[in-house]
Amino acid sequence: MTAATLDRSTAGGGFRRPRRRPGRTALRLVPLLPAVALMLVFLAGPVLWSFYGSLTNQALTGYKAANPEFVGLDNYADLLTDDGFWKAVVLTVVFVGASAVIGQNVLGMALALLLRAAARPLRAVVSALVVVAWVLPEIVAAFALYAFFSTDGTLNQVLGWFGLEGPTWLISVPMLAVILANIWRGTAFSMMVYGAALSEVPPDVTEAAAIDGATGPQRFFRITLPMIRRSISTNLMLTTLQTLAVFTLIWVMTGGGPGTDSSTLPVLAYQEAFKFAQVGYGTAIATVTLLVGAVFSIVYIRVLKPEVD
Amino acid sequence: MRLQKSALASGAVLALGLTAACSSGGGDSAADDTTITVAYQKTAQFVQLDDLLQKAKSEYEAANEGMTIDLVPIEAEQDQYFTKLALMNGSADTAPDVIYEDTFQIRSDAAAGYLQPIDEYVEAWEDWDQFPDTARQAGLGDDGKVYGVSMGTDTRGLYYNKDLFQQAGLPTDWQPESWDDILSAARTIKEKLPDVTPINVYAGKAAGEATTMQGFEMLLYGTDDELYDADSQKWITGSQGFVDSLAFLETIYGEGLAPSLDIALDASVGARVATELLPQGKLAMAVDGSWLPGGWITGDNAWPEWEDTLGMAAMPTQDGQEPGFTSMSGGWTLAVGAHAGDPQAAFDFIATALNKENSLKYDTENSQIAVRTDVAEDPEYLGFNPSFEFFSSLVDYTHFRPATPDYSQISSNIQVAAESVATGQATAEEAAATYDEGLVSIVGDDATQAAG
Repeated sequence: MTAATLDRSTAGGGFRRPRRRPGRTALRLVPLLPAVALMLVFLAGPVLWSFYGSLTNQALTGYKAANPEFVGLDNYADLLTDDGFWKAVVLTVVFVGASAVIGQNVLGMALALLLRAAARPLRAVVSALVVVAWVLPEIVAAFALYAFFSTDGTLNQVLGWFGLEGPTWLISVPMLAVILANIWRGTAFSMMVYGAALSEVPPDVTEAAAIDGATGPQRFFRITLPMIRRSISTNLMLTTLQTLAVFTLIWVMTGGGPGTDSSTLPVLAYQEAFKFAQVGYGTAIATVTLLVGAVFSIVYIRVLKPEVD
Repeated sequence: MRLQKSALASGAVLALGLTAACSSGGGDSAADDTTITVAYQKTAQFVQLDDLLQKAKSEYEAANEGMTIDLVPIEAEQDQYFTKLALMNGSADTAPDVIYEDTFQIRSDAAAGYLQPIDEYVEAWEDWDQFPDTARQAGLGDDGKVYGVSMGTDTRGLYYNKDLFQQAGLPTDWQPESWDDILSAARTIKEKLPDVTPINVYAGKAAGEATTMQGFEMLLYGTDDELYDADSQKWITGSQGFVDSLAFLETIYGEGLAPSLDIALDASVGARVATELLPQGKLAMAVDGSWLPGGWITGDNAWPEWEDTLGMAAMPTQDGQEPGFTSMSGGWTLAVGAHAGDPQAAFDFIATALNKENSLKYDTENSQIAVRTDVAEDPEYLGFNPSFEFFSSLVDYTHFRPATPDYSQISSNIQVAAESVATGQATAEEAAATYDEGLVSIVGDDATQAAG
């Protein structure tokens, strides 16, 4: 928002003095320099360093910790032939698809729609409850969910009151447990984004459609959704990237297990680097995760590209 | 473009804030030569070392005016302890001066340049004569230099609950002679006492080295095979003993004779066995370490009835083959960090912590098998804990881990194999094949040989 206002005022300044001085554009970039320098040091630096690390056989202990060797693309070649890696890729896609793209988005949208129609006190109570999950720090939320899903946990106790014996959630259906957990935690974000987007839809457009005889679902799919599609793609991008990076939640709840049944890419990278002491190999997995995230961002930014309405 | 600009700007603000935070916090962490930092492990049920080091700290500081001992307890289970230690050692600024170091990590960490040799200091130490050769060897690096001073050693055996055995109609004076004896006792317990977990053998990755040593290696070293051929200095692939050991785990977890997976795969499984499952009579048999009674004699989890309730048996070999029983021994040392500003002072602290009086205190309270000759012969030591005699007798059957610099990575590989059979994700043969692949990728083709 601030950037938009700033742009407008500088545009105004340009209007008063129409003749362009040489070097003016360069001068305008000067205030950006500290930011760019910091980005290079704190963002590009670590990324490049991690890429370099992924080309070595650096370990946490042993001779390879003291004198890591440059091994070229060996780590990546190993990754591609490693069944565990492909399993992690599939689990990551399932996790992101089910919990972010479908779960958080659809549920967030549904809540936003329902809340618009709800009475004010109900709206306040429900949004407060949903937002609590978002406000909790990730580690606290993760412990709460561990307590909820664990074998003697809240969920099974409640099921017990009804004479039902719940499964060992974290062991028998670990992916379902972490997906539900991530939906619970992230829905508030989508709900707030969509709530804001929906309130921006001018009522006269939907009213006009209603007068033309459009049914409720028709109005939603043909009028409302196209009007807020940019919010949808922004939200999709943010939730996807966020979910791709989820580590704490899974690590606390299942530790990536049992076996490797809930080891997504971040969990696998951590295990390889810090448990199996293969820092180079773990870094290669992290780099792949980074690339997957970059591909998603590019796709979403393409979709987001400004266009004439 | 607009969006990106504002993102850049807020990123810059954040980064500035971070750098400010870093620079304000960085000043006081640099240690000077009058401070000795000591990194060690402490958990809710492992406080004996903390007690020992607190005592040694006050003695050392009283004897050395102007010196300060900075105790840095790392509150983590064993597995995370190694990781945190390795990360601390990654930078000279955070590397501790004195390190509580597992014997199997010594070669690995010495090779990584985290430790420094202390030969000259031990030579000048009058107490060094009290350490027999076996104890000295535990602290040697790949280069034959001394890197650690042994605090005590341990053995492993089979604990069994006599009350539960009696209820199930099993003999209370029990000594299994083969794995089948253990399995049939476990099956009897399951049949007669369905609420009791018959046996625990560690098999989860989260339990870390416990799974490798108390679990898998207690089985493997009772077969005709080993992990490593010390003569040819090669790791062994494709051995029948390896498959059989995994098959034993597959059997007990598959038949429901072992704890349910939510307990077995949790990082806290070791603590639960020692403080909950055994004392509360929920577990009939446990393959575990000689140090467990230490936590039952004193402390928060005291269980004075353990002496009457628990029986102890040696772990039998697979089919009762010679010598009939097996055990594994490890133990911990105190070592001097590579970046210690004043290695002599760091060693002097170790010498204080492991003098006769303090070694006696630690070995009794933590149920260690004493390595110092004067402690091992002390009547106070011998009379302290009735389990000492039994566990010391296992020294005749014991094995040591092949502590090469690669061992810790290979150990993790074993844990993966164990967990994959315990969860039923792989058969014993599949898991053994996966282990062989992993082994070759860690040590290379040249350092392995097929079982013969």
